[in-house]
Amino acid sequence: MVADPVPLQLAAELFPNGIGRYAVGGLLVGLGTVLIYAGTGIPAGASTFLESTLSYVSDQSRFQKYVGSRDWRVVFTAGIVLGGAAFAATFQSGLVTSPLYEPGTTGQLYDVAGVTLWTTGVQPWRLFLGGVLVGVGTRVGKGCTSGHGVCGVGSASKTSLIGVLTFLTVAIGTAQVVAALGVSP
Amino acid sequence: MAERHPLFKPLIFVGGLVFGVGLGFSHMARPEVVLNFLQFEDLGLLFVMFGAAIVSGVAFALLPRIRDTAPITGDPYERRLKPFDRNVLVGGAVFGVGWGLSGICPGAAYASLGTGNVTILWALAGMFLGAYLQGYWRSNRPRDTASRAD
Repeated sequence: MVADPVPLQLAAELFPNGIGRYAVGGLLVGLGTVLIYAGTGIPAGASTFLESTLSYVSDQSRFQKYVGSRDWRVVFTAGIVLGGAAFAATFQSGLVTSPLYEPGTTGQLYDVAGVTLWTTGVQPWRLFLGGVLVGVGTRVGKGCTSGHGVCGVGSASKTSLIGVLTFLTVAIGTAQVVAALGVSP
Repeated sequence: MAERHPLFKPLIFVGGLVFGVGLGFSHMARPEVVLNFLQFEDLGLLFVMFGAAIVSGVAFALLPRIRDTAPITGDPYERRLKPFDRNVLVGGAVFGVGWGLSGICPGAAYASLGTGNVTILWALAGMFLGAYLQGYWRSNRPRDTASRAD
């Protein structure tokens, strides 16, 4: 048995699921953003939907400033949800396969009407508490992974670069501490 | 607000659809995969974030040179530039704790719901609650931020 050369070993260690699904997925996320930007000039981020949708039920001034965009943001989010469903009906269900798609072993798969669906094993308290902090932080910090990370970084915005560096560094630290405390999954 | 172009919402929808397929295909819609990335067990997510940023960066740089305004809205092509202040750091840090604890961010949570992840409703409920809390506080606090001692 001849051992793989060192660069291949390192790549297998850093990218145990390959890079195909990540690179293709990233291109699609970018493409979705560009379609909207090319047609409308809007650099759409995902987290504003949280506040703009609250404007339907709350008259707080902070939410009312998003009344003008709240309808299309619902459409954008509905598209994202259905995009996830389209992926579930095709690649996740094994109906379509590609050497660029690595299925993975996380969470649990279950079947409904011939479609393979997926659900997370991460504990609800982590999702809920983390979600509250994500809701506060993305809105106070002027953007999320798509607003700052895709549109802002794509605009070479210094504010967004600093924003991404901040949330990425803190998230790495948090995830490492939580794992070290033995919380899993 | 003026009447929107009839293709405005269909385009937004198709853009969201492609965006959502990308989040599903990349597995960024799976909290476990994000947590593995943050724990340095699988760095593939770098390709999602930088791949998407590069694609959008090329378009954001080229489109303004090809056309002055976007065809559907007539709005000028502008970069996404937001003013920097302390909120970017404070909010970014709070978001980072939440992302590191849960492994999910807003766009990925919407796509995750579409892949069948009903458990992610916990995270979505949390995000709406968090967005409401900060919005309520910012809508009602006294306008004295300029005179704060710290």
